[in-house]
Amino acid sequence: MLSSGSPSRLRVTGSERIGPYTLVRLERGDLDPGVPGQFFMLEAPGRLLPRPFSLCLAPYRELGFLVDPIGPGTEALCRLRVGDEIGVLGPLGHGYRLDVVDRPLLVGGGIGIAPLPFLAEQLGGSPPVVLGFRSQEHAEAATLLPGAEVVVDPVPVTELIDPGFDVLACGPEPMLRAVAALCPTAQLAWEAPMACGYGACYGCVVEIDGALKRLCLEGPVLDAARVNAHAEAVA
Amino acid sequence: MRILNASGCLDALAAPDIARQLDAFVTKTVTPLPREGSAPPRIAETAHGMLNAIGLANPGRDHFLAEHLPRLGELGVPLWVSVGGFCADDYAETCSRLTDIEAIELNLSCPNVDEAADSAAEIVAACRHATELSLYAKLSAAHPDVAEVARAVAAAGADGLSLINTLRATALDKRLRPVLARGSGGLSGPALKPIALHAVSVCAEATGLPIVGMGGIGSGRDALEFAACGARDIALGTVLFADPGAPARVRAELAAVCADLGVATPDDATCLAKSPETERKVHA
Repeated sequence: MLSSGSPSRLRVTGSERIGPYTLVRLERGDLDPGVPGQFFMLEAPGRLLPRPFSLCLAPYRELGFLVDPIGPGTEALCRLRVGDEIGVLGPLGHGYRLDVVDRPLLVGGGIGIAPLPFLAEQLGGSPPVVLGFRSQEHAEAATLLPGAEVVVDPVPVTELIDPGFDVLACGPEPMLRAVAALCPTAQLAWEAPMACGYGACYGCVVEIDGALKRLCLEGPVLDAARVNAHAEAVA
Repeated sequence: MRILNASGCLDALAAPDIARQLDAFVTKTVTPLPREGSAPPRIAETAHGMLNAIGLANPGRDHFLAEHLPRLGELGVPLWVSVGGFCADDYAETCSRLTDIEAIELNLSCPNVDEAADSAAEIVAACRHATELSLYAKLSAAHPDVAEVARAVAAAGADGLSLINTLRATALDKRLRPVLARGSGGLSGPALKPIALHAVSVCAEATGLPIVGMGGIGSGRDALEFAACGARDIALGTVLFADPGAPARVRAELAAVCADLGVATPDDATCLAKSPETERKVHA
């Protein structure tokens, strides 16, 4: 639950290109890195609303976020220089439940790779990882997860999934729905446009348990059964 | 000057510590029946503002009264309940069942539902008969003459005005299709401020009623401008999304900007700025 107070002002300590993405590093300040899969709202310089990002890396005294420049807000974040300051709120929402994971398999698609490096670290270093990207250039981001198996379009990443594992996934909605169908016990990091990240705007609703619910409060990590429920009811 | 939230811009049960920064908490609009709200996408950022098409998502009157209102009462913050509906009887029935709150705000101007069949004044009159609680009428600046509507709801028994609601608007994506699933939504944020200041100014002059000013307030300076145009209190909306600490920040900035301008309190700034248009009406 969010305590009162404005976003923390954090200084940019690094910005590096990884394929088409940019890894933005911020000094951690007094923020907790939280649980893998939780997210932070990052001020997008010059824009009215902050943007949600899951934590990618948690180096000593830093927070690292992987940004895909797809619009004016994310482009502004990719233009940040060392020494710039932005407002950051978080950690927010519910992350992956690591206590129920016995044989982890991390599955990422595109920018959905973002929470996996921190997740791998919290799982003890080198769980198996499978990744799918839309191009070789995008696949350069796989360097964030050494040892990962990688496929590129048109091969779907689901071809690399052994359903016997405890799947922890993040990626575009079609990928997550395919993973949910294959692995009914998977934990899926979902995505939706958000204005606030703490339940105020009601903008980020997703069909969860058969009803529109706020992803920022229910997720962003959801059990596959919660997004499958309605699909099965309709079928 | 009290600092409230704009209805629908804060969930006090999800973020109680944010709500406790406010002088009063205004609920999301309650309708007679539950509403799931609009399909996503529901929000879109625009230049100097944002659109929302939440569609009055709410648990409905019965569930709200039984489950939400008691929990809101435990927050220790004065409560305003925003009431919505589709005819005067809808509003009046909800008003008649509300007790132990500071005020009722009648949402007469949601851009994301079809217009109520009854006029704003008819709805206010019906609610006036249904409750003795303080009634604030929330109006839209989309009306060609918002001061005329303000006069009508004042005559019908409104105790105050909430000005303004979002304005119906559309934003397109890269492929020239509406971003919002509903097609249109309500525009909020800094783009609204000049429109809201004008509405507050003419309605204050037309009615003399206490006004909660809102629309693009993001700083203490913005809040003081609303006071200068005739607002007694202000509400924060879109700014809460980027800055949940905005109520405390705006309050501190308000004190500082008053000191800079040599105004003892925000109340002393009230009506310092009179719109030329209003002046002409007064002299005509």
